[in-house]
Amino acid sequence: MLRRSFLKLMSAVSAVAVTAVTAPDPVRAQSKPGTLRVAMTAADIPLTTGQPSQGAEGIRFLGITLYDGLTRWDLSKSDQAAKIVPALAESWTVDEADRKVWTFKLRKGVKFHDGSEFNADAVVFNFEKLMKKDAPQFDQAQSNQGASYYASIAGWKKIDDYTVEITTKRIDAVLPYNLASLFMSSPARWAELGKDWGKFAEKPSGTGPWMLESFKPRERAEMVRNPAHWDKSRITKSERLILLPMPDANTRVAALLSGQVDWVEAPPPDAVPRLKSQKMQIVTNVYPHIWPYQISYLDDSPFKDVRVRKAANLAIDRAGLVSMLGGLAAPAKGMIDDKHPWFGKPTFEIKYDPEQAKKLLKEAGYSVDKPAKVKVIISPAGSGQMQPLPMNEFIKENFRDVGIDMEFEVLDWEALRTRRRMGAWAPENQGRHGVNNSWAYWDPDIGLIATAASFAKVPAGYNWGGFNDAKADELATRAKETFDPTEQAKVLGELHARIVDEAMWIWMVHDLNPRALRPNVKGFVQAQSWFQDLTPVVVE
Amino acid sequence: MFVYVLRRIVYTVPIALGVSIVCFALIHLAPGDPLSAVIPEGASPEAIAQIRAAYGFDQPLPVQYVKWLGHVLTGDFGTSIMTRRPVLSEVAPAIVNTLTLATAAILFGFVLGCLLGVAAGYLAGKPADRVVTAVSITGVSIPHYWLGMVLIVIFAVNLNLLPATGMGEGGSGSFGLGWDSLQYLVLPALTLSVIPAGIIARSVRGTIAEVRKQEFMQTLYAKGLPARRVFLHVVKNALPAVLAVMGLQLAQLLGGSILVETVFSWPGTGFLLNNAIFTRDLPMLQGTILVLAMFFVLINLLVDILQTAVDPRIKRA
Repeated sequence: MLRRSFLKLMSAVSAVAVTAVTAPDPVRAQSKPGTLRVAMTAADIPLTTGQPSQGAEGIRFLGITLYDGLTRWDLSKSDQAAKIVPALAESWTVDEADRKVWTFKLRKGVKFHDGSEFNADAVVFNFEKLMKKDAPQFDQAQSNQGASYYASIAGWKKIDDYTVEITTKRIDAVLPYNLASLFMSSPARWAELGKDWGKFAEKPSGTGPWMLESFKPRERAEMVRNPAHWDKSRITKSERLILLPMPDANTRVAALLSGQVDWVEAPPPDAVPRLKSQKMQIVTNVYPHIWPYQISYLDDSPFKDVRVRKAANLAIDRAGLVSMLGGLAAPAKGMIDDKHPWFGKPTFEIKYDPEQAKKLLKEAGYSVDKPAKVKVIISPAGSGQMQPLPMNEFIKENFRDVGIDMEFEVLDWEALRTRRRMGAWAPENQGRHGVNNSWAYWDPDIGLIATAASFAKVPAGYNWGGFNDAKADELATRAKETFDPTEQAKVLGELHARIVDEAMWIWMVHDLNPRALRPNVKGFVQAQSWFQDLTPVVVE
Repeated sequence: MFVYVLRRIVYTVPIALGVSIVCFALIHLAPGDPLSAVIPEGASPEAIAQIRAAYGFDQPLPVQYVKWLGHVLTGDFGTSIMTRRPVLSEVAPAIVNTLTLATAAILFGFVLGCLLGVAAGYLAGKPADRVVTAVSITGVSIPHYWLGMVLIVIFAVNLNLLPATGMGEGGSGSFGLGWDSLQYLVLPALTLSVIPAGIIARSVRGTIAEVRKQEFMQTLYAKGLPARRVFLHVVKNALPAVLAVMGLQLAQLLGGSILVETVFSWPGTGFLLNNAIFTRDLPMLQGTILVLAMFFVLINLLVDILQTAVDPRIKRA
């Protein structure tokens, strides 16, 4: 009898469970016209106060959406590299007598989201917010995030309500690039909220095309259209933008397929066929990204010998690597994509040529039986790191085939970045001959000048391995002092050609920046940039 | 009973203190610099020293511990390095979210585990017992991450019956008791409940089978008690052991599952810890782990007291 009762109870529970999961009302959230829901790779909502955290993704979603800089990236074209154009500054000039002094003419009639006016006082307020430690509005968190962009600024002053003068520490033609990532927060809103950046974070006010309506840490940020944006061509097509942090790639894909989001960042390569079969749009484009080994030039490093460096570059089957990545990458021919204006005309062609690699290694005293032994620091994941573990294993096999025996030290992403900031000569990096840290070349400094110049060894710049080449130094200095963009691009092309000819790093592939969009998402132009403009995007 | 409860409460003080020391020390023993994420690229040694001093990381570890404990005792768990928000204001909602998920998971697990365990206990040695044992071992062994993804693919992507991620259209702020919200709970709770269900099933099965072999059972049957009344006696004897297992499982679930919460983008303590680990957000890690450890201690205390209430023999032991 007890057994019968028990079976009845089991049946009842099962029936309830089945009813619950087969409820007739479809539960999934569907696209809402005018509302764009984006799944980010970040695990948290980046800082909302002006200088976003979370690197380029932070700027992409919480920087250029809510705020503007004095300059901005033109993200309206997919067939050419993004360029710097005027934004809150209408124009700028450099003093010919002292080329460290810049004058910026500000745009008139621009209002913050709170209705207050943008003017020279607001620029001074924001520079002090980042760089003047004793200013009441100084914010360490924003200062940390903006540090690499304001590093060359020595001083600033208001000339009149719509004119600001900025002085750089040395002659620096790259300044307008950096100003695109220094964002203007509203002084009036900060004062209204008791001069508290914590409260400002919940009710921020910028001049950008979107206004933050609400946000909940680690869950969501909701923005609405700013109908009064100063650039009428950039009034947002969508009424609402919802940002959702989803660090797990498979979760993002599931959310897209089940209709919970309209747009996902970085879908994993193996999910692409499934997404395509469901009619999702997979958008890709080259952008200033390179997946390299930054290498050591210390005495114990086999890479000190240019023949070994060239051999390593020739040993990699990039087509195979791209195939392994589902086609979501492009083979590299140097630091810069070969269609970019800074590519130049290198004489050393980076390609897959294992026989030539073996020959060069033999000249350097190495062979498959007597391989060059190298140790490289890698991470299991990280921003821009693509699929680091299988990619590194793939390259290890390629290297083994020609006579380079590579060993890995696997570190957490932040730990790897710390070791990269220390330089190859730091005691912690002793015996390490390379670091696999994905790199950007969105501006001349980070991309070429401060990675190649011997005067930019870390911590002064990004030269991790101690590359030291007089010609590269001369070109880097010239690029820094060339103000005409066309001329500067030529010098940068020469610099790039030089570092390729010297095989300064080992360059593998450029990421193609994949995104997956639901079929009803229209208007997106994928710029060749780490940043993207969401203003023309609309969910139909 | 009162003295026993008081004694147990007093015992928790040194345990809590020990937990706080271990939690503080373990995090500091981990490799890497907690400030690496906030020190700007190319910062001068002076600037780095300033930032280090601002977070108190320039002090010797014992001094840091005493200061930290002093602040914790006054409810100040510090400020997150990454978000600049007070740790407690981050941890509190995450714990509520995890508690919601853990309660649903433990209820699923308890009901399923008890049903399976009782069935197997009563049918010990028969094919049904072996099937239940196999099912419960599978439940314990199955990787959460994989199961979560499979459930998402089946119920969210293919059948389109349940949502794949999150806590609802409006996030955790608008989570309520209606189906609009609860549907978001089903898949993560089911995923999380599989291990407790397996463990509870095995524990209940063993206890029931053991109790049923005891002599007093024959007496009960001999006295002519109906099967339902005998079952109540069996349950009463099995309950303390089951309660202990359930308490431990609930406490573990409260710690949040980093994998399940990440897979389902459930904004609980697991998700919070995962984020804090990857960004080496030391104050956040310390605060979250301490709060969770205290929950663990508290739940063990409650289970001990409950067990004693159900079975006074435990107090004497």
